[in-house]
Amino acid sequence: MVQSKRLVLYLLPLTLFVGLTLLLYSELGQDPTLLESQLIGQKIPEFSKPLLMKPDVIITDKDIHGPALLNVWASWCPSCYHEHPFLMKLSAIQGVQIYGINYKDQRADALKYIQDQGNPYQGIIVDENGRLGIDLGVYGAPETFVIDKDNKIVYRHVGVVTEGVWESILKPKLLPAEVTK
Amino acid sequence: MIPEIGNLALSFALAIALVQFFVPLVGAATNRWRWILVAGPATIGQFIFVAIAFVSLSWSFYANDFSVQFVASHSYRTLPLAYRLAATWGGHEGALLLWIFMLNVWSLAVTLMSQNLPAITRARVLAILGGLSVGFLSFIIFTSNPFTRVLPNFPLDGADLNPLLQDFGMVIHPPMLYMGYVGFAVAFAFAITALIEGQIDSLWAKWVRPWTLGAWIFLTSGVALGSWWAYYELGWGGWWFWDPVENASFMPWLIGTALLHSLAATEKRGVFKAWTILLSIAAFSFSLLGTFLVRSGVLTSVHAFANDPVRGAFILSFLGIVIGSSLVLFAFRASSVSVSGWFDWFSKELLLLINNLLLTVSAIMILMGTLFPIFAEVFDWGKISVGAPYFNLIFTVLMTPLVFLVGLGPIVNWRQYSKQQLGKQSLLAAIFALILGGITALLQSQQLLTDKLQIFLGVFLVVWLIFLVSQDLLQKSKSHNSFKFKKMPNSFYGMHLAHIGLAFAVLGVVLSSHLSVEENLRVSPNHQVNVAGYDFKFEGVQEFRGSNYDGIRGLFIVSHHGDFVANLQPEKRRYHASGQWMTEAAIDPALSRDLYVALGEQLPEGQDWAVRIYVKPFVRCIWFGALLMALGGLFAVSDRRYRKKLKSQWLGSKDDSTSMEPI
Repeated sequence: MVQSKRLVLYLLPLTLFVGLTLLLYSELGQDPTLLESQLIGQKIPEFSKPLLMKPDVIITDKDIHGPALLNVWASWCPSCYHEHPFLMKLSAIQGVQIYGINYKDQRADALKYIQDQGNPYQGIIVDENGRLGIDLGVYGAPETFVIDKDNKIVYRHVGVVTEGVWESILKPKLLPAEVTK
Repeated sequence: MIPEIGNLALSFALAIALVQFFVPLVGAATNRWRWILVAGPATIGQFIFVAIAFVSLSWSFYANDFSVQFVASHSYRTLPLAYRLAATWGGHEGALLLWIFMLNVWSLAVTLMSQNLPAITRARVLAILGGLSVGFLSFIIFTSNPFTRVLPNFPLDGADLNPLLQDFGMVIHPPMLYMGYVGFAVAFAFAITALIEGQIDSLWAKWVRPWTLGAWIFLTSGVALGSWWAYYELGWGGWWFWDPVENASFMPWLIGTALLHSLAATEKRGVFKAWTILLSIAAFSFSLLGTFLVRSGVLTSVHAFANDPVRGAFILSFLGIVIGSSLVLFAFRASSVSVSGWFDWFSKELLLLINNLLLTVSAIMILMGTLFPIFAEVFDWGKISVGAPYFNLIFTVLMTPLVFLVGLGPIVNWRQYSKQQLGKQSLLAAIFALILGGITALLQSQQLLTDKLQIFLGVFLVVWLIFLVSQDLLQKSKSHNSFKFKKMPNSFYGMHLAHIGLAFAVLGVVLSSHLSVEENLRVSPNHQVNVAGYDFKFEGVQEFRGSNYDGIRGLFIVSHHGDFVANLQPEKRRYHASGQWMTEAAIDPALSRDLYVALGEQLPEGQDWAVRIYVKPFVRCIWFGALLMALGGLFAVSDRRYRKKLKSQWLGSKDDSTSMEPI
């Protein structure tokens, strides 16, 4: 009896570990590109938000002109630092417009970030309370949306945009004409 | 040619690792002596081939072989040689190879330094290390091969190493950290062996202690280097961000620290046996988790698991097999380990137990915070984010009693101790700490009450700890009948040095977080600004050229009440390959304060610049403290008793455990 009681206690670490593994596994099984797919083909949600660089100017969804990339970033997001240099490169390419959504961030930190890392964005929308992020179905940063000339969402990429992601996924969706050339 | 040799060497290493894993284990189970004796030579053989692979990859970087994919994406023709070699571990594949190489270095060390171990035990330990190697070698060969070529159209130049990593701190930080992570594999292998053999005793703990100490020293240095690097390289003066990557290195450190202390109790008193085994497994499990969180990008984004599902699945299966099977073994074998030894409710054992609980709970809370985004997603709790405030609160609450008890731990005897005696011993320390803490807090007239309270608490703990440590050092090394000091064992000094290091680190954390002055300012050439009593005169900027970047360098002349203090030259660099701008802060360091200047942007009109100037009191104490801790570890591991013949030690260990013996 005592023996079996002890065994239960000693099985506890294993139980916790199995639980954790299952949790991580459920995460692994998910393909994030399939999530929130109902947004694909829809127009970007309505919003009116201040600009980061000019807080007294309000930007709305009508001011966004596709085709463009909507990049969700924040100064608290380590992967964004990793992603940023490539966004800088992208912004230099003819015909590529990137709008930034500064997601749940402190203004001073966000400005510092742009000051240090450079500004690849056409405009930076301040989404301080994460409201726009919820409408877009954003979980975290970085995420990048491809929108077409009618401001319809074509694609949602979760995670860092790299050279590989750009060439194989985003570029054909953003600039379809060029691919056929 | 060279990369192909490296590739081939990896395959050979995998073949040998399989032999190293299976043959000795089967041999030990079936009493085949020839099979058992395979373990040593196989370990050496595997080491040689892994070393060949590692050197091949470094050579490819040295020779700028951009036909190798990994080299092309992590190096650049004009990258300085030191960084080119360090780029070997500048990405996932190379870092994994470094990991495997380190594992082999530790295995080799076990082979060469464990001649005193019973042959079967030694063979099992090496076999388990070989088994871990099998997992990692398969991972690198099948999912992350660093030797893959891009042929026939290979790039003429590489994409450059991330400029953030082009730094001395980053050259030595990963090897240190990995030596620490991987070092816990040795304790892990010993723990599994003990479970297989069903024998967990003081002798076992004595074998494991120096290996655990070794790993802990490296990990301590690694974590401190990482924090120091973040401080000066990221250009915003922070030294800890509670980001998943940092947490990944901190959790094994906390568990490793707990393990060091519970090993002491197991060795000296034969208590906490199962717990020590569990911690040995946990320390390595957290290291495994940590390595992969860092290198596979598992947590840099919530969803990064899915970024490369093949790698993610491999990692998870490997973690599942290694940790899962260890815990199964633990559940069924450790539950039958006899419980021996007793201790009074007030004793060194009890304090060590509380120490262990606090450290383990901290590690678990940090794990919860780190994985919280995943929990929140799975259980659909909405978008709740866990940030620095959570970690700071949890950590302060758990560490305050810990630091307080660290002062008492060395004084209190094994088995039992009288409370009156303890009161006498610590009264003076308490009075001193109260006075000094109070004075320091009251001197901060501009601070909020909560800040004052925290400063008071911090200084109180530091003074308390340093006072008690010094008192214990003096009392125990003073001879009873003469004024001459007697020499205590090295591990005694090591313990106290590490505890003083802890005190310094706490001092640095508390004072720098509450007393730092941070200003974003606009400066004009030949004008000066005043920050926290220091005058910073801006002399202007000049352009210069580095080997693989162009730069702008500002000059600030710093003075204090008219006395010259330092010339500070912060830089901004634009790296050629990536076009990325980097901020190189200039720092004038001193133990009592750092002066920190980082260049921002040139302002549109005129010659003015936006700059960030920080004055950070005592921030350096954090890393100085960590250095003392690592040094303390070195002292402890150099203790004579680990070098004495273990067998004779075992026979004579009864008279070892007097109250004078350090834990």
